[in-house]
Amino acid sequence: MGNLLGWIDDRFPLTKMWNEHMGEYYAPKNFNFWYIFGVLALVVLVIQIVSGIFLTMHYKPDAALAFASVEYIMRDVPYGWLIRYIHSTGATAFFVVVYLHMLRGLMYGSYKKPRELIWLFGMFIYLALMAEAFMGYLLPWGQMSYWGAQVIISLFSAIPVIGDDLTLWIRGDFVIGDATLNRFFALHVIALPFVLVFLVVAHILALHEVGSNNPDGVEIKKTKDANGIPLDGIPFHPYYSVKDTLGIVVFLFFFSIVLFYLPDGGGYMLEHANFIAADALKTPEHIAPVWYFTPFYAILRAVPDKLLGVGAMGGAIVVLFFLPWIDRCKVKSIRYRSGIYKANLIVFCVSFVVLGWLAMQPVNETITFLSRLFSFLYFAFFAVLYVTSKNESTKPVPDRVTS
Amino acid sequence: MSTDNVDTGRRRFLVTSTSVVAAVGAGFVAVPFLSSWMPSERAKNAGAPVEVDISKLEEGRLMIVEWQSKPVWIVKRSEKTLSDLVTLDNNLSDPASENVDQQPAYAQNANRSIKPEISILVGICTHLGCSPTFRPDIAAVDLGADWLGGFFCPCHSSKFDLAGRVYQGVPAPTNLVVPPHKYLSDNVIIIGKDGEAA
Repeated sequence: MGNLLGWIDDRFPLTKMWNEHMGEYYAPKNFNFWYIFGVLALVVLVIQIVSGIFLTMHYKPDAALAFASVEYIMRDVPYGWLIRYIHSTGATAFFVVVYLHMLRGLMYGSYKKPRELIWLFGMFIYLALMAEAFMGYLLPWGQMSYWGAQVIISLFSAIPVIGDDLTLWIRGDFVIGDATLNRFFALHVIALPFVLVFLVVAHILALHEVGSNNPDGVEIKKTKDANGIPLDGIPFHPYYSVKDTLGIVVFLFFFSIVLFYLPDGGGYMLEHANFIAADALKTPEHIAPVWYFTPFYAILRAVPDKLLGVGAMGGAIVVLFFLPWIDRCKVKSIRYRSGIYKANLIVFCVSFVVLGWLAMQPVNETITFLSRLFSFLYFAFFAVLYVTSKNESTKPVPDRVTS
Repeated sequence: MSTDNVDTGRRRFLVTSTSVVAAVGAGFVAVPFLSSWMPSERAKNAGAPVEVDISKLEEGRLMIVEWQSKPVWIVKRSEKTLSDLVTLDNNLSDPASENVDQQPAYAQNANRSIKPEISILVGICTHLGCSPTFRPDIAAVDLGADWLGGFFCPCHSSKFDLAGRVYQGVPAPTNLVVPPHKYLSDNVIIIGKDGEAA
C-alpha cells in the first residue's frame, strides 16, 4: 500500500492535498452547532446530483411529454417516486441549510476581513442555487411551473429599452413553450451544476487559504506553537470529520422524516396547482412561489410600480453581496458586539421570515401594509448597520478562543 | 536566455494586440451561440391569425380564444358598462389610451374597440405576465364597494376596467394590449390581422 501511495505521490499531489484540506488543516477547536451547515450543504449537493442524474434517465424535456413523464416516474418507474421525492426534498433542504449557513456568517462575522472573498463566492453560490431551483421547477410542466416561470422571466421586461427583447431571447418564443423548457433543462442539468461545483471548490479553497472563523471571532493563526501550528486549532481529520459525520446522520434523520411523511411539504415544497398540467390560457387563482423565494416575492409585491418593484427585489439580494463593506465594525462575533447589532440582526431575521409568510397570503390591504413595513425593515438592517457599525461600543475580545 | 535587452514596449504591444484580436474572435464565436436562443423559424411561423364566431356570446360574458399561444378575451359589454367606463377616468393611469403600443389606432377610443360593446384584449397582465381573472361582479367584497367590474390579476393584484385600462396605484404600468383584429362579418372576427373598421 505504502508503495502504491508513494508511486501516486510522485505523479500526483494526493498526500499533499489530503494534508492541506483534511489531515493538517487546523480548524478552531471551539466550533459549535452552527458550523455543521457548510458540510450539510455539500452533502445535499451530492444528493441532488445523484438523484438528478437518475431522474434525467426517465424525464422527457418536451412540452408535450414532460408532465406525463413526471407522472410516469411517480407511478411506473420502480422507486421513481422515491428518487423524485429525494430530489424535491433535497431542493428544500438545500435552502434550509444555506440560509442557516448564511445566518451563522452574520452572527459570527464570517464575511469580514480577510474572508470577504469567501462571502462573495458564497453569494454567487446562492445566486446559482436560486437559478438552479427556478429552472428545475419549470421541468415538471405543471401550472405553477408555467406561471411561476412566466412571472420570473417577465421580471426582465421591467428593464428599460432592452427588456422586451431580453425576455424574448430568454424564452426563445413569444410565450413560454417547448423552446424554454428545453433550454432550462440543459441549463439545469449541465451548465449550472458545473458552475455550482466550480464555485463550491473556490469557496472551500478560499476558506482553507485564510482559515476558518469561529464563534469567538478570534484569529487562531495569531497564537501558534513552536511548530507553527495554531494552539487553538485541531486537525480537521479526525476531529471534525467524525463530528460532522454525526451531524450528517442527524440531518439525514430529519431529511427522511420529510421525505417519507411529508414529501409535498404541505403544498409549500410541491404546490398543489402543480399537479395540473401547464395551461397557457389560465393562471391559477392563487399563485405564490416555492417557500425559499417568498421573502423576495413579498418585497416585489409590496411596491406598486413595475420597475421599482423589480429593482427592490433585485436590490434585496444584491445588497447582501456588499455586506463585508457595509459592516464596518472590527469585532467579528456577536458575542462581543453591541446590543444595537443584536437587536438589528433579530429584526432582520424576523423580517425575512415574516416576509416569507406574507408572500403566501392572498393580497388585501393589511397584507400589503405589512409587506411594506417588513420590506422597509429588511433594508433598514443594512442602513442601521452601516451607520452604527463605524463606532460601535463593543466588549473586549479575548486573545484566545474561550470554550 | 538573457533578459537584458528585452524591448518591453514591443512586448507590451504584442501582448495587447494578441489579447484584443483574441477578444474580438471570442466575440464572433459567441454570436451563433447567443443567436441560437432567439425564436426559431418554426416559432416565428406559428401564431397565424384565428377566426372567431361570436354569435353565441351573451351580454356580460367573456369568451377566451387562443392566439399565438396567448389567451385572447372577447367580452360583450352592456350599455350600462359602457356608460360606467367614462366615470372611471380619474382612477386610471391612461384613460385615453395615449400609449400607442397598447392598441392599434382603430381601437384608440373611449371603449378601446371597433364595435363599442365588443372588447377584445390579450389576457396577459402588463406587469409580469399572469392572466388576470374576469371579475364582472359589481362592488365585489374583495375589490371594494366602488368596483364596477373588470379584470383582477391574482399574482400581484393589478386592476383593469372592462376596457382593459389599468387603474392607478397598481404594479401594472400600462393598459392591456388590444390585438390587431378585424370584422369579417357582423359576428366573425379575425384576430391577428389588421384591417379597417367594419
